[in-house]
Formats: sequence, C-alpha cells, structure tokens
Amino acid sequence: MSALAALIRRDIKIALRVGGGALIGVLFFLTVTVLMPFAVGPDLALLSRLGPAILWLGALLASLLTLDRLFTADHEDGSLDLIVMSRTPLELACAAKALAHWIAAGLPLIIATPGLGLLLNLDGTATLAVAATLLAGTPALTFTGMIGAALAVTLHRGGLLLAVLVLPLSIPVLIFGVAASQAAISGSLPFGTPFSILCALSLASLVIGPFAAAASLRHGLD
Amino acid sequence: MTLTDLANPTKFLALTARILPWLAGVTATLLAIGLYQSAMAPDDYQQGATVKIMFIHVPNAWLSMFVWGVMSAAALGTLVWRHPLADVAAKAAAPIGAAFTFLALVTGSLWGRPMWGTYWEWDARLTSVLILFLMYLGLMTLWRAVEDPSRAARAAAVLTLVGAINIPIIKFSVDWWNTLHQPASVLRMGGSTLDKAFLWPLLVMAIAFSLLFITLHLAAMRNEILRRRVRSLQMMQANRVAFTSEVGTGSRDGNASQEIGAA
Repeated sequence: MSALAALIRRDIKIALRVGGGALIGVLFFLTVTVLMPFAVGPDLALLSRLGPAILWLGALLASLLTLDRLFTADHEDGSLDLIVMSRTPLELACAAKALAHWIAAGLPLIIATPGLGLLLNLDGTATLAVAATLLAGTPALTFTGMIGAALAVTLHRGGLLLAVLVLPLSIPVLIFGVAASQAAISGSLPFGTPFSILCALSLASLVIGPFAAAASLRHGLD
Repeated sequence: MTLTDLANPTKFLALTARILPWLAGVTATLLAIGLYQSAMAPDDYQQGATVKIMFIHVPNAWLSMFVWGVMSAAALGTLVWRHPLADVAAKAAAPIGAAFTFLALVTGSLWGRPMWGTYWEWDARLTSVLILFLMYLGLMTLWRAVEDPSRAARAAAVLTLVGAINIPIIKFSVDWWNTLHQPASVLRMGGSTLDKAFLWPLLVMAIAFSLLFITLHLAAMRNEILRRRVRSLQMMQANRVAFTSEVGTGSRDGNASQEIGAA
C-alpha cells in the first residue's frame, strides 16, 4: 500500500514540476476555449448554447494531450521497467499511476472550468453542471486513455497512434457528459439519467483500464 | 484433425489448400442463388424495389459485428493460449471486417436516402457502426505500427478485447435508443417479423456472405503465413550475410551474430 502511495506522490510531484506537462493541459484547454468564439462568432447566446459541448471537447482534447506523458517519461528513464518488475501487482500500479495522472492533469481542468464558463457566457447552474459532469466523466477518459497510452509506449512511434486508438473509445463519455450538462441547463430532461450512466462509465473503465493497460505493458515490454 | 494440429502452419497450409477451392465454389454458388432470389423477391408494399438493398446491407452489417467477434476469440487465443495461428487469424480478419463495415455503411446510406430522405443521420445505430469502422482502421494502423509481428499481435489483442465492448452496444442500440433506424426484426424474441418471401433470400445471402468471409479469411491467413515465412527467411539471410562478412574481416564479434542467427 505504501508503495502505491509513494508511486502516486512521485507521479504527482513529477507532473506538477517544470517539464512534467500536467499544467500544459490547462493552458491547452484555455486555448481551445478561446479559439471557439473566433470560429463560431462572438454571439453570446450561441456561445452559451454551445458552451457545455465546447468545454467538454476542450477537456477531452486536453486530457488526450497529457495522456502521452502517462508512461513515456517512465519508459524513457527506465523506471517503468522497475514498476513492471516490482512485487506490487502491475494492475494496481497502473491504477495508481492513472489516479495520480487524473489528480495532476484532470482535476486542474475541472478547477479551470468555472473561469472558462465565464468566457462562454454560461450562468451559474450551467457552469456547475458542466463541472459536475467533468468531475464524473474525466476519470473515464483517463482510465480508458491509459490503455492507449500503454499500447503506444510499447511502440516506437506511438504518439500519433494514441489519438486514433483512444478517441473512438471516449465517444460514449462525451455523449453522456454533454447530454447531462444540456439536461441540467434546459431542464426539460432529467439530469440524473445521463449523469448516472456517466458515473457507470467511469466505474467500468476503472475496472477495465488497469487490466488492459497492465496486459499490454507486460506483453509489450519484454 | 484437432485444433492443436492446426497450430502447425504447414499442416494448416496443406489443409486449407485442399479446402479452399471447394469453399470458394460453394460460396460462389450460394451467392448466385441468393442474388437470384433477391432479384426475384417481390417489391415491398411501402418501400418498393429499394427493399432489395436489404439483401446486401443486412448481411454486411451482421458480418461487420461477427468479424470483430472472430477477432476477439483470436485475441483470447493470442493472450491466453499463445496459439501461433491466433494472431495470424486476427490480423487477416481486420481488413475484411473493415470492408464489410464500410459496405454496410455505404449500402445503408444509399438505402436511407430514398427511405428516410437523408444519407446520414446521427442516430445510435449508424453512429456506433461508424465508430466500429474507425476502430477497425485504428486496429489496422496498430498492426502496421509495430515491426515484430508477435509484439504487434499482443498489442492488437488487448485493443480488440477492449473494443469488443462496442459490439453489444451496436447490437442493442436500436432497442435502447428509440431512433430512426428500425429495431431488430429477424433475430428477435418471439420469431421473425419478416415475411417469408424476404426471409429466405436474406438467410441465403447471410450464409453466402458468412462463407465468403471464411473463404477470404482463410486465403488471407495463408498469405499472412507465407509473408511471415518470407520475412524470417530474409532475416536469416541478412544474419548470414552479416556473419560471413564479419568472419571475413576477422572480427571477434562473429559469435554474437551467430547466436542471433540461431535464435
């Protein structure tokens, strides 16, 4: 247990320090959100209607951007081999790494959401709804994305492949995340139904992700 | 002849060489019968002659899901039993499955234009099949990204099993989400709602398409085995060339390359 805690602490520390790249995700999130009004026009009513979708797309792309770092840096300096060979089950180590990655790279995105919601003319409830759906949905993005990151790290030039492999898997999360936040804003549909499906997706990926990632690391690194 | 006997590629090649001509013949015959029956099938009272797209569209759509199922079974064979032919089967199936999925999407959109008034609609069934197509393409890219076939096989096997989650979603998408695409009418509880005049040609076409897949799959597996043989022969030759040139210059590293050649 202490080994896992140490792993989580180490990963968070590395991610937040210079060169770790976790906060670049927030910067990227901000950039995507700022680009949208230039693309669709500065109409505030339209922006507040598109707001949840824009924020979700931005968060999805930002988390994809930082996923590359989940295993690559450790693979480059050799510590990934130590993690694979250690006595801690690799599945648990993968789950711990993904958790650390979510804390360092996913949580800042959610914290940044209210500020970005202001830029998109979202009111209080809408911002709260988007932040809540992101809180429930980004673990699913991290834990399914981890599978792609584990596959990509065992290849020599897997970086580009990561997006192609991971994005189809993240479509359900995007659908239900946006559906839940739209439901909270318009109020015509119940918020609870898509939101609980979103939570279920996160829980399911919590189970599947570490096993698939550990399997591909184990097979890919020998 | 058991499954373990087939693990020997040479036996597999010999067996498929005998089977394939017959299989291709039966496939062509059934396909001809099915196409004739489809052409002779009566027009639908609502859809007119366009209903005949169904006889191509539905088998393609079934096969697009079935091929992923075959690949998932092969992925289990790769990861659990390390069956030497499992990764060959998985790799050979991916492009065929992608082709079936693409044809299902194209015929479906051609059918959708006169029936629904649109080529494409972001409905649950259509979207999930499009995702399936994207996943086939991603899988094929993954196969090409790794040079060593056995390592590529294990990476692809993991992705195949993860992607298998999509198959039940596609199958039940028309029941879970009430959208434009019609619910299942052939394989459903309480029997088919399809009229016999349409059901028989459809079943014949479904069997013909399944046989077509098996024929293409076995042929593609043969090609893949032969391709791997060529690859290992080339590598052996490269090793031999490296070895002899190093011996020629009197290098002491000659032993090392001999070991690689032996391995």
